[in-house]
Amino acid sequence: MSNNNSQFPQWEVFIQEKSGSAFEHAGSVHATDKKMALQNARDIYTRRNEGRALWVVMTDNIASTTRDDEEEFFDPSEDKIYRTPNFYKMPAGTTNL
Amino acid sequence: MTDEQKLAKFEARILAGEKIEPKDWMPEAYSKTLLRQMSQHAHSEVIGMQPESNWVLRAPSLRAKKILLAKIQDEGGHGLYLYSAAETFGIDRAEMIEQLQTGKAKYSSVFNYPTLNWADIGAIGWLVDGAAIVNQTMLAKCSYGPYSRAMIRICKEEGFHQRQGYEIMAKMMTGTAAQKEMAQDAMNRWWWPALMMFGPHDAESVHTSESMRWKIKVESNDKLRQRFVNRTVEQAHHIGLTVPDANLKYNKETMNWEFSEINWDEFWAVVKGNGPCNHQRMAHHIKYHNEGAWVREAAIAYENKLQQKQKTTV
Repeated sequence: MSNNNSQFPQWEVFIQEKSGSAFEHAGSVHATDKKMALQNARDIYTRRNEGRALWVVMTDNIASTTRDDEEEFFDPSEDKIYRTPNFYKMPAGTTNL
Repeated sequence: MTDEQKLAKFEARILAGEKIEPKDWMPEAYSKTLLRQMSQHAHSEVIGMQPESNWVLRAPSLRAKKILLAKIQDEGGHGLYLYSAAETFGIDRAEMIEQLQTGKAKYSSVFNYPTLNWADIGAIGWLVDGAAIVNQTMLAKCSYGPYSRAMIRICKEEGFHQRQGYEIMAKMMTGTAAQKEMAQDAMNRWWWPALMMFGPHDAESVHTSESMRWKIKVESNDKLRQRFVNRTVEQAHHIGLTVPDANLKYNKETMNWEFSEINWDEFWAVVKGNGPCNHQRMAHHIKYHNEGAWVREAAIAYENKLQQKQKTTV
């Protein structure tokens, strides 16, 4: 990384919109270090108070599944409907359950 | 799975309204078309900062100047959202910028027209951003996840761009005779380039049918252009501006405003590099890219130093 056309490492940006909500992915920025990544993320993704907190993570450090291995990968949870409350039959007239 | 099976599955997903994500299988023509379109879109946002920045130092009030600066900063931001979305195809940003600077990648021709007076800033916001919004609202529904998400973000922000432009025009149309004349002059010069932004007629657009099947676009150039004309003609009349087209007339049956044929010779001349400002826009981009080299070098040197420090303290 030294010539005129070098681009800085890529970071993924996650924004927390309000207190208590989950951090959501917004996009990416380029930066040489964490501080610059946070500042760039602020300038690019939160110009209208979209966030109250930011995470930046180097893109290379993210692992993900793909649509192609979706079926196989998520198979184990598919036939376990008994993990949801509606699976169970309650006697007629039961309340507060 | 064979490629044919993969293609069938891919098309079925698109038909079902699913979004395609970066690591999913996709036909090469799909990623190639999208990358071309998205990089062109990103470059347009960035080059689009130039005609507007021409008026920052001559804005008529502090209010107008603050608004213009915020708008230009948004355009830069939009360029970055789009570069970021394009990078999901694995291309790096330096390569896209090189393609722009060597002329291999295009940007919207509308930015090759000059901004001659303050009313041009109004006309750009109202007409150019207005046309962009019609196009981008459509693109927000496209099948590629990262592009669609960037478009949703951009559309939210563009609303202010168009309204601030119309406000400038409306204000000038209540001003002196000279101010009205400036507004009308800007209207006359920007109307046709704005209509050209939607691209060639559907019949002549090379990529339309495949792009529609794969939902790279979901509505055709001509349909979008007509929607823009219908909205804009009434806004023009509302503040006393004349649309510079002697054949403009309302068709009660189709409920469309009919307009003259676009001067396609001019369109292609500007696309091919012969517009009033093509050379100037590119020279400016290259100059400031090169002059910014020391900033990039300093940032890298600083990071290297930080890492050295970390090593020695461990």
